[in-house]
Amino acid sequence: MGSYWAAFLIGGLISLIGQLLLDLTKMTPAHVMSTLVVSGAILGGIGLYEPLIKFAGAGATVPITSFGNAIVHGALSEAERHGLIGIITGIFEVTSAGISAAIIFGFFAAVIFKPKG
Amino acid sequence: MQQSTGETRKQNEKRRQYQQMAMKMRPKPPVLINSFKAFVVGGLISVLGQAIQNIYIRFFDFSKEHAGNPTVATLIFISVLLTGLGVYDKIGQFAGAGSAVPVTGFANSIASAAIEHRSEGLVLGVGGNMFKLAGSVIVFGVVAAFIIALIKTLIKMV
Repeated sequence: MGSYWAAFLIGGLISLIGQLLLDLTKMTPAHVMSTLVVSGAILGGIGLYEPLIKFAGAGATVPITSFGNAIVHGALSEAERHGLIGIITGIFEVTSAGISAAIIFGFFAAVIFKPKG
Repeated sequence: MQQSTGETRKQNEKRRQYQQMAMKMRPKPPVLINSFKAFVVGGLISVLGQAIQNIYIRFFDFSKEHAGNPTVATLIFISVLLTGLGVYDKIGQFAGAGSAVPVTGFANSIASAAIEHRSEGLVLGVGGNMFKLAGSVIVFGVVAAFIIALIKTLIKMV
């Protein structure tokens, strides 16, 4: 079981970095999110994201940076088993739950709910 | 003719001065308060994620490694529901990046785009616009991960 304080601290800090990028640079939200995802992928690639997950649990897996890390991990583990083609087949291996759930729930939400405001 | 261009020039000059003044008067974002809000809300969403993950581990016998998937799916479900009810956007107005950076924000961007374009039909509206905001995250995530994984795999092969 991960510690709730560590989750709060790291999840909060990653969000804070996103907010600072929004307020102090001219980046749009889409630019900030893309930057965070690429940062997560790089940290995952050099092996620094796993220790963060060990320390913070959901504090590291809930922010969008974890998406970048998970894509790298899926690609690398498939590549180990099947060679170079594994990079292509493994990319969505770990992140499938997130993307599929978002598409499925998002679709039904659009069918059920009316736009607000 | 000559006079009229002079006139336009004068007008343009005035407009430029006005814009400059407006830029100066525009309130700067309250960086400290925004950062604090983002930190607290982003932290709380992560704590919620941790709680859900612990429930899956304790009561549904998921291993620590495999509890991530149902946790993310549950968070996304909650986020999409709150988006449909119009609650998530209110949280977003308060929290800024605090509600955008967690995976719930990713789900919110997909659901809100889908709901907003529902009137244009299921195929062109919902299907075509769902990834309007979230698309760049997926594209850059995948491309960056591809390059990184390729480099690492090639290094290992040599």
